[in-house]
Amino acid sequence: MVSGLINANPVIYEKKERRVRSSPSVGDDEHAVEPIDQLEVFDHIRDIKDPEHPYSLEELKVVTEDAIEVDDNHSYVRVTFTPTVEHCSMATVIGLCLRVKLMRSLPQRYKVDIRVAPGTHATESAVNKQLNDKERVAAALENPNLVDMVDECLAPSYA
Amino acid sequence: MEGLYDGNMELKEIQTLAGHSDRVWSLAWNPATGTSNNPPVLASCSGDKTVRIWEQTPSNRLWHCKAVLEETHTRTVRSCAWSPCGKLLATASFDATTAIWENIGGDFECVSTLEGHENEVKCVSWNASGSLLATCSRDKTVWIWEVMPGNEFECVSVLQGHTQDVKMVKWHPTMDVLFSCSYDNTVKVWADDGTGDWHCVQSLGESNNGHSSTVWALAFNAEGNRMVTCSDDLTLKIWEADVGGMQSGNDLVSWNHLCTLSGYHDRTIFSVHWSREGIIASGAADDALRFFVESKDGLVDGPSYKLLLKREKAHDMDINSVQWGPGETGLLASTSDDGTIKIWELATLT
Repeated sequence: MVSGLINANPVIYEKKERRVRSSPSVGDDEHAVEPIDQLEVFDHIRDIKDPEHPYSLEELKVVTEDAIEVDDNHSYVRVTFTPTVEHCSMATVIGLCLRVKLMRSLPQRYKVDIRVAPGTHATESAVNKQLNDKERVAAALENPNLVDMVDECLAPSYA
Repeated sequence: MEGLYDGNMELKEIQTLAGHSDRVWSLAWNPATGTSNNPPVLASCSGDKTVRIWEQTPSNRLWHCKAVLEETHTRTVRSCAWSPCGKLLATASFDATTAIWENIGGDFECVSTLEGHENEVKCVSWNASGSLLATCSRDKTVWIWEVMPGNEFECVSVLQGHTQDVKMVKWHPTMDVLFSCSYDNTVKVWADDGTGDWHCVQSLGESNNGHSSTVWALAFNAEGNRMVTCSDDLTLKIWEADVGGMQSGNDLVSWNHLCTLSGYHDRTIFSVHWSREGIIASGAADDALRFFVESKDGLVDGPSYKLLLKREKAHDMDINSVQWGPGETGLLASTSDDGTIKIWELATLT
């Protein structure tokens, strides 16, 4: 089995300590809408499981908080992820997981771009193009095998 | 003509049509409707796997859903197109089939299913006479089907040339020349060589001032001598046919880049449509609608187009399709990821 893995021996990093998001202080309008920030987006995706390892995307440093750009005023998020190896054939599956999780977690008004970190994947532009073609994403999500794979990776992120 | 549309137009939101339970991909106005004694009808198709038929009630001008076409496609219905006579509706689906529906006494029955593509069918288009149908797919091919008696459709050609997913096919409004646009960033022109063999006669790519990313849609002006294309590269491009060739009735005219409209949309432009009055409408993933007309100001540099009107936040989410209505109504319909269809009227300010 081990020989069949794309990256048989990934480096595992420690999870970042969970920060408690500051709650509004007394006197603030409790109905005030708190803008969505980097940490909130990171919290949505950090626990997504890697498609071929029992580790989270955070533990493999596929995603980090710093690789998330958020502009709440313009309802825009860009996630830049780093595949563990340059030829990772799982890159599109990881990207699909990120897109699906954010589609389900962020308000409808959000526009989301997903890309691999520049220089970290052999077919970077092809992967990016596919991940940002919503028609291809929609078709992929009607493929039962892919949906099973995505759901399995997303399960821990809902815990 | 000059100045006809200069700043004195307004866009009125007429009605929002809700009913689909998923994103609405595309819509088609029935070309045989919209006359004085025949209220306008349109079809919409969705990620909810259904097609809805909508009709305007003449008395109060309100739109209502007349029929839901379901339990035929098993995946997203990506595009739909009425035959020129308005009696048949073709629907293309991610389930790899194209269905043909016939309006029989107000009920829509699926009378034929076209199979052959390996995977998602993305678009379907009828030629001007209704004798040919074209479909395209993620399998990179374009198929031409001949319409036979008794709702039979025979594949007469499988066109290979695109190197990726084909997003849209569209017949020329007067000639039997087919246009396709693709994820491979090109627009290809296909014509019959006179013996029934179809060939790619032109490919408009980045080296011909073409697009630098996926080309999502194309449309023609009423005369059929200009074409507009829209793309993930955030531009619209206008192309012009060599006029001499058009006048001599030669199908094999070549198309040349006329101008590029950039800086108007800031996310993927999914749809573009040209009205009979010469107004180009575009809809994009930035939730906005844009309208363009030919500008007569800069004739020294050749023809150019200018922004006539814009509507930010026309929908709550991405706009997937914009289509002008039949007749001289000034009606436009748009579809969106927000699950709705909106009917708009572009009117002269009074």
